[in-house]
Amino acid sequence: MSAHLKQDEPDTSNRLDNMRQGVLGKPLSRIDGLAKVTGTATYSAEYSPENCAEGVLVTATITRGVVTRIDKDSVLSMPGVISVIDDARLTTRAAQGTADEAPQQSPRTVCYWGQPIALVVAETFEQARDAAKHLKVIYRENEAAPVSPDLVEPKEHEDETVRQGDLARAMSDAAHSVDIAYTTKGHASAAMEPHAAVAEWDGKKLTVHASLQMLNFNITELADALDMDEDKLRLVSRFVGGGFGSKLGVSEETVAASLAAMELERPVRVVMSRQQVFQCVMRRSETTQRLRLAADKDGKLTGFGHQALVSNLPGETFAEPVLQSSHFLYAAESRELKLNVARIHQMTAGSVRAPGEAVGMPALEGAMDVLAEKIGIDPVELRLINIPEEDPEQGLPFSSHKLAECLKQGAEAFGWDSGHREPRVKREGEWWVGTGMASAARVHNVSEAKARVTLKPDGTCLVETDMTDIGTGTYTILAQIAGEMLGLEIDKVLVDLGDSQHPRGPGSGGSWGAASIGSAVYVGCKAIREELATRAGTSEAELELAEGRVVGGQTLTALLDGDEISEEGHYEPGDIKDDYTASGFGAFFAQVRVNHFTGETRIDRMLGAFGFGRVLNPKTARSQCLGGITWSIGVALTEALEFDPRDGHLVNCDLAEYHVPVHRDLPELEVVLVDERDPAASPIQAKGIGELGMCGGAAAIANAIYNACGARLFEYPMTPDRVLAAMPE
Amino acid sequence: MRPFQYNRARSLADASGIISDKGALAIAGGTNLLDLMKLQVEIPEQLADINHLGMAEIADTEDGGLRIGALATNTAAAVHPRVRSDYPVLARAILAGATQQLRNKATTGGNLCQRTRCFYFTNVDQPCNKREPGSGCGAIDGIAKLHAVLGTSDQCIATYPGDMAVAMSALGAVVHIAHEDGEERTVPVADFHCLPGDTPWRENVLEPGEIITAVSLPAKVAGTQIYRKVRERSSYAFALVSIAAIVEIKNGLFSRADLAFGGLAHKPWHDPRIADVLIGQVPSEKLFDEAADILLSGAQGFGENDFKIPLTRRTLHAVLAQAVEQAA
Ligand SMILES: Cc1cc2nc3c(=O)[nH]c(=O)nc-3n(C[C@H](O)[C@H](O)[C@H](O)COP(=O)(O)OP(=O)(O)OC[C@H]3O[C@@H](n4cnc5c(N)ncnc54)[C@H](O)[C@@H]3O)c2cc1C
Ligand code: SF4
Repeated sequence: MSAHLKQDEPDTSNRLDNMRQGVLGKPLSRIDGLAKVTGTATYSAEYSPENCAEGVLVTATITRGVVTRIDKDSVLSMPGVISVIDDARLTTRAAQGTADEAPQQSPRTVCYWGQPIALVVAETFEQARDAAKHLKVIYRENEAAPVSPDLVEPKEHEDETVRQGDLARAMSDAAHSVDIAYTTKGHASAAMEPHAAVAEWDGKKLTVHASLQMLNFNITELADALDMDEDKLRLVSRFVGGGFGSKLGVSEETVAASLAAMELERPVRVVMSRQQVFQCVMRRSETTQRLRLAADKDGKLTGFGHQALVSNLPGETFAEPVLQSSHFLYAAESRELKLNVARIHQMTAGSVRAPGEAVGMPALEGAMDVLAEKIGIDPVELRLINIPEEDPEQGLPFSSHKLAECLKQGAEAFGWDSGHREPRVKREGEWWVGTGMASAARVHNVSEAKARVTLKPDGTCLVETDMTDIGTGTYTILAQIAGEMLGLEIDKVLVDLGDSQHPRGPGSGGSWGAASIGSAVYVGCKAIREELATRAGTSEAELELAEGRVVGGQTLTALLDGDEISEEGHYEPGDIKDDYTASGFGAFFAQVRVNHFTGETRIDRMLGAFGFGRVLNPKTARSQCLGGITWSIGVALTEALEFDPRDGHLVNCDLAEYHVPVHRDLPELEVVLVDERDPAASPIQAKGIGELGMCGGAAAIANAIYNACGARLFEYPMTPDRVLAAMPE
Repeated sequence: MRPFQYNRARSLADASGIISDKGALAIAGGTNLLDLMKLQVEIPEQLADINHLGMAEIADTEDGGLRIGALATNTAAAVHPRVRSDYPVLARAILAGATQQLRNKATTGGNLCQRTRCFYFTNVDQPCNKREPGSGCGAIDGIAKLHAVLGTSDQCIATYPGDMAVAMSALGAVVHIAHEDGEERTVPVADFHCLPGDTPWRENVLEPGEIITAVSLPAKVAGTQIYRKVRERSSYAFALVSIAAIVEIKNGLFSRADLAFGGLAHKPWHDPRIADVLIGQVPSEKLFDEAADILLSGAQGFGENDFKIPLTRRTLHAVLAQAVEQAA
């Protein structure tokens, strides 16, 4: 049986608040945590079918051109080498998130340095790796391979363009205005678990254990790449050691392992090296941005301009959506937004941790700080007076809006001093000390999702979907939702995820997982409750379940009387998507110290206050926010992909040289969860969390650097060399 | 990784014999060598595992110094009571390097011999004169933020990336080297590493078959000891610039100023002229500038790393000011 809900109207019934089990909203530890910390959670590369051969990708050493010849004989006689796979179906880029079709194939055409062109398969990994390095490849190079946005004429990404009112006029009439250029560097997802796949072919069906975020799309992408029917494929991704966008689309190793397993008729494992993960999956584009803000004498915005230049390979549809939240964050009558894309021959640009706001918000919120200083107004106040009543571009109402609460509660909890903000006044020894703040915003999305919920005769429950848990806590919150709806402790709920044989979920990405798949489970459970209510002689609305029984009545087991009730919950966003602008909001506050001599910045403490609808589990939610804040520290201070200016190859391609923040960079972090029910966001009143935690935080740090030492920087990350260059004498 | 022959060395002579062959290398903690073998930057045919040769002892010497065996781990050296009390600059330098897990494996000898972190050196599909003589230098005109500003050549601008040796250089430590024939020679740490010149592949003075057996530190000297490492994140990052300093101030005048610098050159940089400028003088900003002028007179940046020159000047100011403050 199945139950379908297309949400066309806000849901203010808040049903989950009226259940009796009391397990939802509890700060429970992750139910998969023990398996993970004891090493018993099996990740994709750890599946070891008998007779498994090992494949290593061969990557291009030119930037652009054609592979004219692959001399297989150069390696076939090496010890252990089984085959060189150069099938035309090999993919040469990872699919973009939700692509639902194969990414670029034709491995003989090279579009970027480090692009996969073949796979060497051998008995052992070491043999395959050595042979991959020895494989002779003859290229015909195409010298026309621009690797930097400065070298090409960018094109406008027209969907993003907005022109309302007259910004130039607003700027010239403004009592106060700023016009600033910002730059941000490229970023890597930098997940711990490298991309890996183990493929097995039994002559009829191909089973692939792969580390992927969105099986519901990946299965179609894989089928399309292999030119096979989806029903001949099974994808399994039970545990994913971090994705951060890099595993949204099917990536090169999964297709290569599949082709090799079928060609060789034996299982094949392909694990990317750390360098390959960095060099041939996804980068976040670097950006150049221009912010123009015009304000009247009291600080009310009259003009708002945000332009950005990003880059990608020719032929890619994805453009870093830098302006995403700029469309609605602040009111201003005259608006001009524009996104330009430069086509260059560097590795694929795609979704990396909060695409868009992760780099757009730090620029916008940096500019707001400059404006606040010019006006002579408290930066918190400047944000508060510019919160729009409704979406300033589309005129739509907000589904719910907690920016003001976040700013106020955050300021209070942080102990924000709203007095006059003179920079460079507090010094402790070598260190300048200062504070800064910024708003947070991240658009909220939901997606169609299905999950099967089965209540077993013994009173336990099974939840099945192909949704993945990429380390965020999906297993846990689904058990909590089902437990709450059906009156069960979570140890009575078994959650089975990451198998394409299960009903299709939304995939894990864009922070939409919990709200989407949680709603599908909710819908399935609600249908089960209908059946239980009938059996108990009451209505669903009045049915109260807790501790495996009807409150004050029969046990579930007795009510089921040997039957099993199984419902496939099917949730669809519906028209409501077009009726509201939905976003998570928040505020960041930071206290930093900047070394007068060395320009090093250290964070003393940082606080984020966030409103993202219903908090399903405060512990996993808080962890998501802590992770987000950590990434924002990376954007502010340490993370930067460096590309060779001549051939465009990524040079810092490991975790020693690409600097994500380490523990010592993480000071006291505090998270304030601002209570909210968003009726139009999802039937469970929840919105996305994970990415929100990093959208804007970097500006709080940048603004604190200025407040501390007087160095106003317009380039992220703010490494010591840059801070020193901007430090007043 | 290429297949290689693993040999567990039974004696120093045995190890030395194995590694006198071209294509043979000693392996200690393996934290640097194994990474480079995976990348096929190093492709030894033979490895001599020296981990079973003792040489892990840390012991007092007759002249009041301390001898640290080549196989003593970085952790063992950093926590040794005498290192902590008499050579804190060394303890701090070691602890400023890598991570706890790496330091638990890394050895004194291996740390001295660790290879550069130049991005082009570690990518075998890029030109590098150090890895492949004559292929060119990818870093010049490439990404060279971490690269050297002192003692470079038109062949190579790489840095020696380590911290431990910088402190040892300031302390006037000496490397003990054994040869196959049983002879031992000693070389000051300050002279152990080479400048790139026309032979960038040559990083130190070890001859084929030579093995480091220990590093010995002279008896404790008076003064304040400081290790300052400037880096892009607060831990687990190589130095942009680092300074090891042993500074003494008597009667308001500098009486000792042993300084060594990391992150600036293909070796820990030690310039005796700095002590000459400082000693006998009253500490002042102007004096610190004079010292910096001398240190940096021959410095040359390559665009991306130009910032190291002013950064070094400022960091030197900070370190000398700290020494003065601590002496007061
Ligand atoms: C991610 C990362 C970050 C790091 N960060 C830092 C840092 O911030 N600061 C820092 O100083 N270091 C850092 N290191 C480097 C680390 O200190 C070295 O890898 C380590 O000290 C090497 O010691 P080992 O015993 O493991 O050497 P091995 O890897 O075993 O050997 C390294 C080299 O030394 C040779 N060798 C070893 N022992 C002897 C001997 N007794 N005689 C002659 N030759 C010998 C080997 O043949 C080999 O060529 C980092 C390393 C990594 C991987
Ligand atoms: S700087 Fe030295 S190590 Fe780096 S590429 Fe040039 S020659 Fe090689």
